Amino acid sequence: MRVLIDHLSKVYKDRHGEVTEALRDITFTIEENEFVVVVGPSGCGKSTLLSIIAGLLSATSGQIVFEDVRNDLKPHTAIVFQDLALFPWRTVLKNILYGLEEQGLKKTAQLEIAQKYIAMIGLQGFENRYPHQLSGGMKQRVAIARALANDPLLLLMDEPFSALDAQTRILMQYELSRIWEETQKSLLYITHNIQEAVFLGDRVVVLSRRPGRILEVVPIDLSRPRGEHLTVEKRYLEYVNLLWGYIKNQAKEALEQTP
Amino acid sequence: MNQGKFFSGGVPETPIDRPVIEKAIVQDKTSFLQIKTHPWLSIASFIIILLLWEMVSQMEWIPPLFLPAPSGILSEGWTMLKTGLIFKHVFASLSRILWGFSIACILGVVVGILIGFFSIPEAIGNPLIAATFPIPKIAILPLLILWLGIGEPSKIAVIALGVFFPMTINVYTGVKNVDPLLIKAALSLGSNRARIIRKVILPGILPMIFAGMKLGIGIALLLVVAAEMVAADAGIGFMILTAADLMQTKKLMVGLILLSLLGILFNWLFQKLEHIFIPWKQ
Repeated sequence: MRVLIDHLSKVYKDRHGEVTEALRDITFTIEENEFVVVVGPSGCGKSTLLSIIAGLLSATSGQIVFEDVRNDLKPHTAIVFQDLALFPWRTVLKNILYGLEEQGLKKTAQLEIAQKYIAMIGLQGFENRYPHQLSGGMKQRVAIARALANDPLLLLMDEPFSALDAQTRILMQYELSRIWEETQKSLLYITHNIQEAVFLGDRVVVLSRRPGRILEVVPIDLSRPRGEHLTVEKRYLEYVNLLWGYIKNQAKEALEQTP
Repeated sequence: MNQGKFFSGGVPETPIDRPVIEKAIVQDKTSFLQIKTHPWLSIASFIIILLLWEMVSQMEWIPPLFLPAPSGILSEGWTMLKTGLIFKHVFASLSRILWGFSIACILGVVVGILIGFFSIPEAIGNPLIAATFPIPKIAILPLLILWLGIGEPSKIAVIALGVFFPMTINVYTGVKNVDPLLIKAALSLGSNRARIIRKVILPGILPMIFAGMKLGIGIALLLVVAAEMVAADAGIGFMILTAADLMQTKKLMVGLILLSLLGILFNWLFQKLEHIFIPWKQ
């Protein structure tokens, strides 16, 4: 399996005919079992890119190709949305079951898979809670489990931790790192947080401000498993500085010029 | 020295104008906003009004023919209960309401979802609804009697029409307000459009369906009475009208109380159902 993002461009046209170029000529690949992070200043079209890969938005030009895949009915991708999009009328268990129901699996098989991921994210005992009864971090974990349970070829995450408080966010990064090392799922992760990008990614794609273009692709050569110890290592900090160097001017320009 | 200046909002004041206070304890300025309940006041005022009413009638300050005493209304009601007359009228009205209301709710949900979710039904349905909704339903009753006869169907139809519109409009609004992100999430998890209606739209609009039902039941009560006053041989509306013709004010009052009780009963019932069917909302 390999995902090819092939010369992707996106131009929005609003009702008054005003044109906004969101993405320009984006090309990169996501290999099997690879953790790719896309990082860029706000308004660089990161979420647009993810929506196109997920098939929730059409590209103006270019294409997304999943190479060497079996043609089964299951969706190729699963998304962890920035705003979670948990179904408020479904309990934790039922939220995680949602995609499995759509695959037409047997009830017992569905439950078995759901239980496995509930255990993986450490939410045993909370299966029958509704989303509004959970903390932000717990909701986030349910959203991750729901996406993982569908066993997608490529997992997509759109700034999943941006709504969390700073402390929970750091803990969830450790958690995600652990889950990823356990599942080794191909993953495309979108963020504006440079530390997060270095901490999580095998490769970081740096986007420019609007229209989003690829400025740089930086392989992150840090050993796994990654944990708290990493954040004080010299090489980690060098990567952070390197990426900040690429993004700093872009972010400054974005700050001074409101859209 | 300068304190006076700060506290008086810019208007200069000599320090001598105000006595020096050693300690100023902070008070909660919002305490009057806190919700207080007065259950005893609600009950007491209700009883006092009843007693006043009783007195006004007993003393014949207002002739009992126009305003019978509560005790008289109660004993009239008791007699009607014993003879079973009351049940005949209540059941006649209730069955009309239940038929009309149920038909309208089912149709309203179906039509509301269709015009809310699909563009072609929306294009066809919206102007039709906009044109027919403003017609007072009671004005359509003569036409319905012409079409369906003087029996039950015309009464059920007028109730159904009355309940259908608020239900449809509520459901339509509900569908339009379902979070598009949830629909995207369902799509990304492999749902097709039919599954999205069942698993996302339907649970998403449940609160609006209940709001429509609460709105609708009031309309149903109004229309059943109106329809029974036009043509019927049983029902609360019929009972009220004949009582008025015969100057049986007590009986008329019993009818009004029955309508009030029915309204309260339905509201309570829908509240309970809402708690059962929408457990994710407290």
